[in-house]
Amino acid sequence: MNQQGVDSGRRRFLTLTTSVVGGAGVVAATVPFLASWKPSERAKALGAPVEVDISEVQPGQLIVVAWRGKPTWVLRRTPDMLASLKKVDPYLLDPESKQDQQPNYIKGETRSIKPDYLVLIGVCTHLGCSPGFRPEHPAPEIDPHWQGGFYCPCHGSKFDLSGRVFKGVPAPLNLVVPPYHFDGEMKVVVGEDPKGAA
Amino acid sequence: MAITPNPYKTTGLLGWIDDRFPLTKLWKDHLSEYYAPKNFNFWYFFGSLALLVLVNQLLTGIWLVMHYKPDAAKAWDSVEYIMRDVPWGNVLRYLHSTGASAFFIVVYLHMFRGILYGSHRKPRELIWLFGCLIFLCLMAEAFCGYVLPWGNMSYWGAQVIINLFGTIPVVGHDLVIWIQGDYIPSDATLNRLFSLHVIALPFVLVGLVVAHLIALHEVGSNNPDGVEIKKHKDPQTGIPLDGIPFHPYYTVKDLVGVGVFLIIFLGIVFFAPDGGGYFLEKPNFTPANALSTPPHITPAWYFGSFYAMLRATPSFAGTQIWGVLVMFGAVILLFLLPWLDRSPVKSIRYKGPIFKVALALFAVSFVLLNYYGMQPPSVVGKLVSQICTILYYLFFLAMPFYSRIDKTKPVPERVTYAH
Repeated sequence: MNQQGVDSGRRRFLTLTTSVVGGAGVVAATVPFLASWKPSERAKALGAPVEVDISEVQPGQLIVVAWRGKPTWVLRRTPDMLASLKKVDPYLLDPESKQDQQPNYIKGETRSIKPDYLVLIGVCTHLGCSPGFRPEHPAPEIDPHWQGGFYCPCHGSKFDLSGRVFKGVPAPLNLVVPPYHFDGEMKVVVGEDPKGAA
Repeated sequence: MAITPNPYKTTGLLGWIDDRFPLTKLWKDHLSEYYAPKNFNFWYFFGSLALLVLVNQLLTGIWLVMHYKPDAAKAWDSVEYIMRDVPWGNVLRYLHSTGASAFFIVVYLHMFRGILYGSHRKPRELIWLFGCLIFLCLMAEAFCGYVLPWGNMSYWGAQVIINLFGTIPVVGHDLVIWIQGDYIPSDATLNRLFSLHVIALPFVLVGLVVAHLIALHEVGSNNPDGVEIKKHKDPQTGIPLDGIPFHPYYTVKDLVGVGVFLIIFLGIVFFAPDGGGYFLEKPNFTPANALSTPPHITPAWYFGSFYAMLRATPSFAGTQIWGVLVMFGAVILLFLLPWLDRSPVKSIRYKGPIFKVALALFAVSFVLLNYYGMQPPSVVGKLVSQICTILYYLFFLAMPFYSRIDKTKPVPERVTYAH
């Protein structure tokens, strides 16, 4: 070994390779720490679809069930409620539901498979509060054009009886329609697309 | 092997320690021979009071963890158990919950003092930066702690704050699930916030406080005149002519502040621990319910102004991230303060009318934002919040201009001090 001079090229090479390998090791070591924050297998299992019995739901009644722990609404709409949807069109941000807030088999102003039954995730698209069901109208304290709908108490966002968001409120998007299908006449399965639908 | 004797010539047990550990040196450097300006006023109580509240939070926190259960199914009951069954448990909890609010009160006043007298200016930029980091860390710590009782306000507060990250384009949704460890705030979320609240963040907080103090004692304290006392030293001793040893002079002064503070603080702890619904909110006296949002959601009062900014910003281009950016931006602006202020003088005593008006508008805006952040959404509240948000931003962003053109008074060579 050469005791006199220092082979600085070799020293630089060794410093560089050691740093790169060591750095890669540090990055790899962060994986278990970061990945441990992802939902556990138990949490994922609890996110399975839920069946909702709708045989007892009266016209105009809203029921709340939990899917993936989120408040999920099933509203049986009356003909009056369905007729009101057209009237608020001009005051809505996205009346035709162009934004991707529903499965592709949910279309039109009713945003439902069967117009009578509206299924929505009851979580405000602003910051995740659960809006209140406010079917009464007129209700000038909420909105001069109110025909019934959902009103978020946290930041004042307003949605119509199809969960479509009003203009000029903090929430930028319509309420989310979850994937769901009917199993027979009186049962809704939330969390699973209809057979054949993508 | 001989030991190099310590330069303080201490003997006995202290001498034995000083030969091995700089005990006397630390005592002298930071207390008995740390020379602080002699003209400190009322505003200088809040630094030592923040330290006192930190100790209160650490002590009561350690004791609360002895009885608390970080489990979504048990957390609420364990807090009630502390309140009803644990001897003195209610006092321990009230000391901790009132301490959180007191922390923000003294820290806000401490920061305001810095802006008043230019304590962020050269050479104290790092003290200010460490202080801003402490504030940021304190906000995270307060949020995590707020969730732990798992009351309904805790739960929905967690939901709203964590969803702020959901506004980030593309990755937002996955990020929220990653933070929560579930599709909604749940047991997994509570557990990790508990870990951060009692281990990670206190470590960081205490570390930052130490760095804050080391930086302060390196350059020396500012004072209400904003002049450097180190410019005029006694030629024999090298001690600043306007400096007095921190101990005993300021330890004694601060003790008076501690006395007054404790009278008010303990008065609240004993007689009005919920602080009129602001220190402990009413909806948080019911357990967390994932299916029902309280009718009127507000954050803890100390986040009111930032929350008002969030609410005042409309969504734009299909995303609500702007409100989040405005809110975080308001905190980030604080970090830039040392470089935004171009005034030739530090203290408000020698600054001109523009700065005085700007500071007054800033203070009023902050208080109004805080007020409207606590109120239910309203048209007037939104408008006032929007105006105040703009004023808050202008105070910082226009500072390089108005601080330069402002008329200043001549600064004295030595501190002014009335006997």
